[in-house]
Amino acid sequence: MAMTAIAIARIHNLFAVVMLTGIFSLLGAAAYVIMDAVDVAFTEAAVGAGISTVLMLGTLALTTSEEKPAPRKNVVGALIVVTITGAVLIYGTLDMPLYGDPSAPIHTHVADRYLGQSGTEIGLPNVVTSVLASYRGYDTLGETFVIFTAAIGVLAILGRVRFPRRREEDVAEEDANKAPDETAGGAGA
Amino acid sequence: MKQKIILRVISKFLIPYILLFALYVQWHGDFGPGGGFQAGVIFAAGFILYAIIFGVDTVRVVIPAVVTRLLLVFGVLLYAGVGVASMILGGNYLDYNVLAHEPTHGQHYGILLVELGVGITVASAMITIFCTFAGRSPEDPEEGV
Repeated sequence: MAMTAIAIARIHNLFAVVMLTGIFSLLGAAAYVIMDAVDVAFTEAAVGAGISTVLMLGTLALTTSEEKPAPRKNVVGALIVVTITGAVLIYGTLDMPLYGDPSAPIHTHVADRYLGQSGTEIGLPNVVTSVLASYRGYDTLGETFVIFTAAIGVLAILGRVRFPRRREEDVAEEDANKAPDETAGGAGA
Repeated sequence: MKQKIILRVISKFLIPYILLFALYVQWHGDFGPGGGFQAGVIFAAGFILYAIIFGVDTVRVVIPAVVTRLLLVFGVLLYAGVGVASMILGGNYLDYNVLAHEPTHGQHYGILLVELGVGITVASAMITIFCTFAGRSPEDPEEGV
């Protein structure tokens, strides 16, 4: 994954970059499978490697597939900032509990109830689904609204289906064809 | 993609199975990995593959823009409606226990409907976003589908 990330940063051909981000997501999904988080891996593979790649390719088809090389300046400053940020992040992870530590805070709060009681309370074998749709139903509702809002936003910016805006010359042509007393109404349409 | 005969034949062969797998993931999410989000994305992927191979206009014949927009809203309303229904039946918002006589049955129905709402919304949102992007040609950016 690290090699893929470096390659993404280095390559200027955006088509290759999009393909590499797909590979990056797929590797991430494999990592989730190794950590037994099959549902998350499923989502990562479908959304990250699949849909995002296709959407990026669609964007590339509209724009250009060659990155404009940015003028290199102040490389040292950027390197210092990145190094400090990375060091701070690594320092932050030192305080986190070890992976799989049974005394970690995340395992002592509600996880016991989810794992122990969801069979009798919800009656579903898949605890992930029980948590996602029932215990955390509000969160999932919010996520659904996020996706809904994303689609609405794209539609508001790019999509027009019912009322395509008339081109200037069409309107002018129609105005010219109409009688002078109807021109005001035609232009307002 | 009009002249790529192998792609056309293979994708025609694959798309039914993609859609079938999406439905399996949707309805089997209670018992195995899967659920509304994944199923919606896979379902949309079938349509997006069709759009890539045969063109966005062909997809819009299969599933018109109005239909995806309506389904987009319907999915969210289904999810929120389950919450409202549980309120009407005397529980809290999104408390599925009251949806049936047996609490676990109510939970089952509620989760099934909620996941269906998620799946419908995700699928139609993905199809809508893709078709809106891909329907614009670079030569004539004013034209949207």
